[in-house]
Amino acid sequence: MEIIPARSIVPGEVADPSRREILKAGLAAGGALLLGFHVPLGEGRATQSHTSTHEFAPNAFIRIDRQGQITLIMPQVEMGQGVYTSVPMILAEELDAAFDQVALEAAPPNDALYGNPVFHIQVTGNSNSIRAFWIPLRKAGAGARVMLVEAAAQMWGVDPAGCRTNNSEVFHEASGRRLPYAALVDRAAKLTPPQDAPLKSVADFKLIGKPLKRLDTPDKAKGTALYGIDMLPEGVKFATLAACPVFGGRVGHVDDRVAKIIPGVRQIVVLDDLVAVVGDHTWAAKQGLDALNITWSEGPNARVTQADVWNQIRAASQREGVVAKTLGDAEKGLAQGDRMDADYELPFLAHAPMEPMNCTVHVRPDACEVWVGSQVVSRAQAIAAKVTGLPLEKVIVHNQLIGGGFGRRLEVDGVEKSARIAKEVDSPVKVVWSREEDVQHDLYRPVYHDRMTATLSSGRIVGWRHRIAGSAVIARWLPPAFQHGIDIDAVDSAVDMPYDIPNLRVEYVRDEPPAVPTGFWRGVGPNNNVFAIESFMDELAKKAGRDPIEFRRSMLDKTPRLKAALELVAGKAGWGRPLPPRNGRGVAVQPSFGSYIATVAEVEVDRSGEVSVRRIVTAVDTGIVVNPDTVVAQLQGGLIFGLTAAFYGEVTIDRGRIQQSNFHDYRMLRIDEVPAIEVHIIQSGEAPGGIGETGVTASLPAVRNAIFAATGIPLRRMPIDRDVLAERKSV
Amino acid sequence: MTRLQINGEVRNADVPADMPLLWVLRDVLGLTGTKFGCGIGQCGACTVHLGGKPARSCLLPVGLIGEREVTTIEGVGATLAGAKVQKAWLGVEVIQCGYCQSGQIMSAAALLAGTPNPDDSDIDAAMAGNLCRCGTYLRIRDAIKRAAASR
Ligand code: FES
Ligand code: FES
Repeated sequence: MEIIPARSIVPGEVADPSRREILKAGLAAGGALLLGFHVPLGEGRATQSHTSTHEFAPNAFIRIDRQGQITLIMPQVEMGQGVYTSVPMILAEELDAAFDQVALEAAPPNDALYGNPVFHIQVTGNSNSIRAFWIPLRKAGAGARVMLVEAAAQMWGVDPAGCRTNNSEVFHEASGRRLPYAALVDRAAKLTPPQDAPLKSVADFKLIGKPLKRLDTPDKAKGTALYGIDMLPEGVKFATLAACPVFGGRVGHVDDRVAKIIPGVRQIVVLDDLVAVVGDHTWAAKQGLDALNITWSEGPNARVTQADVWNQIRAASQREGVVAKTLGDAEKGLAQGDRMDADYELPFLAHAPMEPMNCTVHVRPDACEVWVGSQVVSRAQAIAAKVTGLPLEKVIVHNQLIGGGFGRRLEVDGVEKSARIAKEVDSPVKVVWSREEDVQHDLYRPVYHDRMTATLSSGRIVGWRHRIAGSAVIARWLPPAFQHGIDIDAVDSAVDMPYDIPNLRVEYVRDEPPAVPTGFWRGVGPNNNVFAIESFMDELAKKAGRDPIEFRRSMLDKTPRLKAALELVAGKAGWGRPLPPRNGRGVAVQPSFGSYIATVAEVEVDRSGEVSVRRIVTAVDTGIVVNPDTVVAQLQGGLIFGLTAAFYGEVTIDRGRIQQSNFHDYRMLRIDEVPAIEVHIIQSGEAPGGIGETGVTASLPAVRNAIFAATGIPLRRMPIDRDVLAERKSV
Repeated sequence: MTRLQINGEVRNADVPADMPLLWVLRDVLGLTGTKFGCGIGQCGACTVHLGGKPARSCLLPVGLIGEREVTTIEGVGATLAGAKVQKAWLGVEVIQCGYCQSGQIMSAAALLAGTPNPDDSDIDAAMAGNLCRCGTYLRIRDAIKRAAASR
């Protein structure tokens, strides 16, 4: 059995010709040319595939109708990252379609048809929409183009080699004749699809690389775009819920005497682990919920505190871990030269997307409809089927725009709870989490503890050990990918750390925190590893008496793309130019998500320990850029997302409950705290890398190292502790 | 029955006087462009205009509105400042997930209506109550300046 773990496919391998897509074509009802592609997945698809495996069923579609409308069925969901523009750009490029004619449709749930070629399930995550679909979509577009040319050549009785395409038309050079794609649909549909349509060379791209305007934003500016939370199916009621504040606890007793008489309250749903109030509107539901007197049966987690979490993971990190990577002889390397040890830690974090968790469900005896914005639509369907006991095909999921995912909507706990509530309700019911419930019942970015050890000899690192302790999210989320005790996400960017070090060992210790559920959070494993590695690199550079950039640069010969990014950012950031006292510049580099990024942050730390970030400069080699404006936007947003984590990000547990609740105590960066950000894109002909998560990973260590430069204080954990940075009064 | 003037139309809603405008708009009148983010005045996603001034609709009981005109994201394009802001927002390509952007646009439109040429500190003051988890703040600042410069 061959499992393809999420990270084992690097961008170059997606283009592997042995994983050849097989094109299928046909005339769909209504006279549209349908073209799909299929990536043979082999056995071991890591999924709860629910359709019978049609060997040649397509996994995405192009549809061209007789009016010339070109439609792409989008297997990836739009959550702000711009895929509803960049993915169709790829398709339109090879198809030579007029971009303003491309329309999009969200794919229905179906892993077999629309599974992500990397994960084999319908998932939008891991910054891989472009990476995963780059070659398949180009082949689909190119195959369709060849068929349209062939159809035109047949009609004209000419050699297809004398024809070219542009703007959804086929031209015959010699005679000057032309036909729009719309006129070729019927004939093209009868042709056999080519298996190896030639792809354009980079130099011939007309759309890819252009900063095209996004297709999803005009409706968002008018307020007419619909998110999951905006669904209002006929007869809908509104609900809000309270789950037991202690993880794993149950409902004990509910006194609903006051709640029941609140105008607009229709129903009180008491389930094993949660209580929901259904009303004519959300206000009635909320008031009803507030008026309930609930006694919880809190269970064994009621004693768990944050100290227990830290004590447990610190103890775990003393154990030897599973070896995830080894080079040379780590023991020998660590026995020579000057040794340095440092431990780094990161806290729990909630996702807190601006659109709170919500899901609208209508359960009928014979069917179920779900309206939700999900990063995993087929899982949403499967969980609703499980809760209702209905067969999959009786569960219709209407996937919606997502008001921020960041990993939160890779989980279907919200669909599950909503479906259980909806089972008790006679009408469609929209369940909306309060922000408090959203923050307190998340699946959190795990706490991590990293033990770093290295030895220096003649200013170079000769031995390196990185022991990562943390939750194995993969083991829960994609069990077949959790093999040999290694979470491929938890060690990502550590096993492939970029520096040239002769003796190295990376270990992983799985440590599941008490009580607190964990999940993927924007930046995932690399957030932790890049933070630990890049923080440690700065401390090592200082010990070696070397400049942080020069120190890194001297060890990047095997990663030339990263070295080039580092050199570029050093120049753009004015590295080495003098700064006032208590100001500093910090650098961090990362080879994460298939993109090579170097970032310099400039900060000032005042005497009370307040940190202001003045400027962030980042240089990125993300391979071929599909939409440069989207790359810049994602880096700006990602860097700011990371700054929020650096400044304010910490979720803690006490007596089994999450202590933070809303934006006053789980703060976000605001507009007046945002530094200037410069993004420099490096031209590249390599396959596209991922970008959505990279900024988050970059800003924490860059800011941390800038603080180190400004104050000499090596922060070993996040968020930034102002008390540690405050200048001690001299006595 | 509460009588409201919303986007130039009279709308009646049979709701309790203490019900926040946000839920009247979203759940009763079907105007879902105004968003719920926090419910406690911390995020600005629910921002509307009340008599031309920005207001957090999650904390605004409908019973207190009286005769004042309510403008939501669905109607702000009919105002000069609103139209400029929406255009600049697309020109600068501010929007990512978009969920916070109704509120951002409403706050920015109110700013420009009162302060046609805002400087950075005006922008900070007017916009600091609007959170954006996607981190679009730099482009928001640029777009406000572009809108201010447009005729
Ligand atoms: S929902 Fe009103 S300020 Fe957040
Ligand atoms: S655009 Fe997503 S929260 Fe602002």
